[in-house]
Amino acid sequence: MSLLTLSNIETYYGPIMAIHGVSLSVEEGQIAILLGANGAGKTTVLKTISGAMDPQKGKVLFEGQEIQGKDPDEVARMGVAHVPEGREVFPFLTVKENLLMGAFSRRDGEVASDIDMVLDYFPVLKEKAAQQAAFLSGGQQQMLAIGRALMLRPRLMLLDEPSLGLSPRLVSEIAEIIKRLNEEQSVTMLLVEQNARMALDIGDYGFVLEVGRIVMEDTCDRLKDAEDIQEFYLGMKDEGVRGRRRWKQRKTWR
Amino acid sequence: MEVLQLLVSGVSQGCVYGLIALGFVLIYKATEMVNFAQGEIMMLGAFVAFTFANLLGWPFWMAVIMTLLVMAAFGALTERLILRPMIGEPPFSVLMLTIGMGYVLRAGAGAIWGNEPRTLTTPYSGGIVDLGGVIIGYENIVIIVGTAVLCLVLFLFFRYSRVGIAMQATSQNQLAAYYMGIPVKRIYSLVWALSAGIAATAGILVAPVALVDPLMGFIGIKAFAAAIVGGFGSLPGAILGGIIIGVVEQFAALYLPPGFSETSAYVILLVMLLVRPEGLFATMLQKKV
Ligand SMILES: Nc1ncnc2c1ncn2[C@@H]1O[C@H](COP(=O)(O)OP(=O)(O)OP(=O)(O)O)[C@@H](O)[C@H]1O
Ligand SMILES: [Mg+2]
Repeated sequence: MSLLTLSNIETYYGPIMAIHGVSLSVEEGQIAILLGANGAGKTTVLKTISGAMDPQKGKVLFEGQEIQGKDPDEVARMGVAHVPEGREVFPFLTVKENLLMGAFSRRDGEVASDIDMVLDYFPVLKEKAAQQAAFLSGGQQQMLAIGRALMLRPRLMLLDEPSLGLSPRLVSEIAEIIKRLNEEQSVTMLLVEQNARMALDIGDYGFVLEVGRIVMEDTCDRLKDAEDIQEFYLGMKDEGVRGRRRWKQRKTWR
Repeated sequence: MEVLQLLVSGVSQGCVYGLIALGFVLIYKATEMVNFAQGEIMMLGAFVAFTFANLLGWPFWMAVIMTLLVMAAFGALTERLILRPMIGEPPFSVLMLTIGMGYVLRAGAGAIWGNEPRTLTTPYSGGIVDLGGVIIGYENIVIIVGTAVLCLVLFLFFRYSRVGIAMQATSQNQLAAYYMGIPVKRIYSLVWALSAGIAATAGILVAPVALVDPLMGFIGIKAFAAAIVGGFGSLPGAILGGIIIGVVEQFAALYLPPGFSETSAYVILLVMLLVRPEGLFATMLQKKV
């Protein structure tokens, strides 16, 4: 059985349908990648999995259990850690407090040693442990966001464009970390990327999303050779300027 | 001498404004809505304490503890039953709802306890200290010391406790808090419980000097002004804003023509909005749009 299965998901922003019947499966232990242009619906797919948005139709199965319609905190406690687009660290908490919040619902006695473990993966955060997250650089915030998610001890991590806005050197550092976490901590990954080259390099299996539909899926090795991918994703400039719009989240006050 | 006396009574009155303002700010920061019934919750707290201490004759300390528990539960239930179903509604509707809640609480208190003023008796009622001519009532000292202790406890709570840090996290980024598995809705309830507990504390502290009646909650409007003066989002700002308004009122009552005292809170508010619209403590919290 797959760790995560989406079947025929349809998700709306008000009257606008953003996801038009997406089905996909992520196998335990994989790094699965989700490619797509701006506005394809990648973020929406992740939000539908983590419960920040509810699908109008379709099912989300995690470890065989239906999780669509659950609140995101409940989904998180089941073992799905969402590392959102744009980092979204807690700006006025210290690095250490940010990490502690990742372990909020844990009752085991290993939180302190897990913080050390996370800081070993991200040595730059070690010296900043007592600083407010707002004062970290973009790359450091991305590392904090991943480290904070790691504190949940997740089975599955949803990573939304972790390479966004980072220098090439940092992009490969982040890629390296994702691969290591996948192998050493056995965290299954669902990685959303516009940096198709990086994603295809570390990914096992990939999906291509276009205007809310999966138009192609295959192993990453085969996707790399596919003509369409080479033309549209590997030849493409990585980052466009994007107008960020936010929809009022039904589950929050904002 | 006179100045010192005015200062003490101003500060103690200001502490009460400040505590109510604290409730406004806590709820606003966590849930982005303004609870205009905060003053009425204080009034209810005073009545509950009056019931336990005077009507039921419980020992004062026990009446205080039970009042805090009852009012915290009241706050949590209000959030759960009345506010939570409103999630997703426009802020304006939520605002009107809390104003309506204020009316209901005033009417309800009048129906239960009657409209004539009552007095909460405390073990320290009527005592005074004479500091070389400056007479200070025990009640005022208790208000000031009680406020200081409560502020210290709150500081430690937000700084060091897991739940306190989670409240900060939730108010800084709700969605990220959800993603971390923090039970955001339960945090909302806790914030309401905390705010109601703080308002009840204000009610208990002010009751011995202010008389308990259904209209006593109207000082919530001045507390609201205090919260804005303090930067609406800053907890120390709320207390300081309250104290400024309390002190200025006292001095205005003595040195300015009649009427100025009652309006001074709004004059301060107006001046503040003109001179420094972000408040004393610019909100440490840049909310995302
Ligand atoms: N808050 C919103 N309100 C209305 N429509 C939205 C909102 N957010 C996204 N959409 C629409 O939903 C579609 C999918 O958006 P989504 O954010 O999932 O895309 P994405 O693939 O993550 O894009 P990007 O690469 O820019 O992050 C887009 O057409 C977008 O216009
Ligand atoms: Mg996106």
